[in-house]
Amino acid sequence: MIWNDEYETLPREAMEALQLKRLRALVDRVCSTVPFYKRKLGEMGYKPGDLRTLDDLPRLPFTTKDDLRDNYPFGLFAVPMERVVRIHASSGTTGKPTVVGYTRRDVDTWAELMARTLSSGGTTRGDIVHNAYGYGLFTGGLGAHYGAEKIGAAVIPMSGGNTKRQILIMRDFGSTVLCSTPSYALNMAEVMAEEGISPADLKLKCGLFGAEPWSEGMRREIERKLGIDALDIYGLSEVIGPGVASECLEMKQGLHVFEDHFIPEIINPETGQVLPYGELGELVFTTLTKEAFPVLRYRTRDVSRLIPTPCVCGRTLLRMERISGRTDDMLIIRGVNVFPSQIESVIMDIEGVEPHYQMIVTREGTLDVLEVQVEINESVFTDAIKGLEKLAKRVEHDIKDLLGVSCKVRLVEPKTIQRSEGKAKRVIDKRTL
Amino acid sequence: MRVEQISIFLENTSGRLAAVTRILADAGVNIRSLSLADTADFGVLRLIVDRTDQAQQVLKDNGFTVGKTDVIAVAVPDRPGGLAGILELLDGAGINVEYMYAFVQRSGDNAIMIFRFDGVDKAIHALTQAGVHVLKGQELYAL
Repeated sequence: MIWNDEYETLPREAMEALQLKRLRALVDRVCSTVPFYKRKLGEMGYKPGDLRTLDDLPRLPFTTKDDLRDNYPFGLFAVPMERVVRIHASSGTTGKPTVVGYTRRDVDTWAELMARTLSSGGTTRGDIVHNAYGYGLFTGGLGAHYGAEKIGAAVIPMSGGNTKRQILIMRDFGSTVLCSTPSYALNMAEVMAEEGISPADLKLKCGLFGAEPWSEGMRREIERKLGIDALDIYGLSEVIGPGVASECLEMKQGLHVFEDHFIPEIINPETGQVLPYGELGELVFTTLTKEAFPVLRYRTRDVSRLIPTPCVCGRTLLRMERISGRTDDMLIIRGVNVFPSQIESVIMDIEGVEPHYQMIVTREGTLDVLEVQVEINESVFTDAIKGLEKLAKRVEHDIKDLLGVSCKVRLVEPKTIQRSEGKAKRVIDKRTL
Repeated sequence: MRVEQISIFLENTSGRLAAVTRILADAGVNIRSLSLADTADFGVLRLIVDRTDQAQQVLKDNGFTVGKTDVIAVAVPDRPGGLAGILELLDGAGINVEYMYAFVQRSGDNAIMIFRFDGVDKAIHALTQAGVHVLKGQELYAL
């Protein structure tokens, strides 16, 4: 279901013309209102009139998370505080939080974008939206809340935690749409099973899941355990919060970027070079309409690729592939950028193989050598050597196919790959450069 | 006619084989025959033991990946050409030998060979039709 027929199905030429017009206005505005951008653009020798087409976008400077921290708390705001009606901040687990502001119009824009997101999952007036995103400084809770209200759906402002109570309310109130992180949805499904509540006892039909990376395997699991359609949504507070991009129910393959408000780019995280459609790299966003906290070419450190092919749902918007990792985890092997998540996706696609793996990179002479260790288990074990060799060859082949990098797969005994609390250590880089 | 064999995945590192045999020894399991197939990285140890289920369980409990397969034990005349005759017979019947190894003990005038086939029943049929003695599991464990 499409919320904004005009903008979500705009012909490409019209969309690009709109983007260019908005981009020029944005650059003029930040040049005169944000000292940081004035200085950056000045250093790059940027002159008004340099933006002749959208292809000139790479002439603008990047904005990084460090830039946000350096200007803590309000240094990058483009409007005086009199016009700011809302402030959100990221958790800041690794340093100062990053702070973002919204004008009244920004809050309206955000509600519009979340209305589009919720609609793409089929939400309409009459639906009961169970919003388990956290309310507070985190943008998830209020973002989804305003979007649901804009549609005219009834919102239950649950926030996170107290899972048993969540399930009770979901059942008794007849919630039809669930908003939460994907891992929390799985957690709810497990508690439901423990409590003896089956999906048939609920009225849930769809879930909009975001705020953390997840996989197709997790989607299937959530859909099966909750009996719903599960859609991936994307956003980050530095850009606006949730509502930057959303999957559609029709395709469930790639998230439509709301391009009338944001321009996405994919760059090589090493060189900053813009990559063509289809190539994997770091996702970068420029906000076109934000008033209080606009950003030029914000580097998300999220890894994705852009899909230009038209979608069956009728939206003309570019799609971004589901986030497959963080640039911080990237390895360069024989000049090819490799993300552990890509190896994981290959392994997860092979029936019966455990998702426990480790990548070991060494250098023989001048050549990088990648070894991928995969744990064996009973479902893939056979007593014949050739069956095991076939399995190792298949993983090698699939990795080569996907990454263009050849590697050696070593099958190892179960539980020999080190388990760590929380984030598993996937890469051991033994190269001394 | 089938004999149960357990197989164990082993990384090619020192001490793994010793670990398996120690675990079985402590569980009072007697190994009747074995074969080890290996590559540069890993190996598969195949065992015929007197108490298959117990051996499988105790190895699993110790974190090993263990499989169970049906193989057959064939009495092969202990003279030149004995094995050749059996293999030609199988070849004639279009049966492919996955792998084979010798049982430790003899039975009368015969050596005993353990065979792993893709189609176990077809192999048993072809061998018994030709008058070759295929040992039953109990017969073998009791040797």
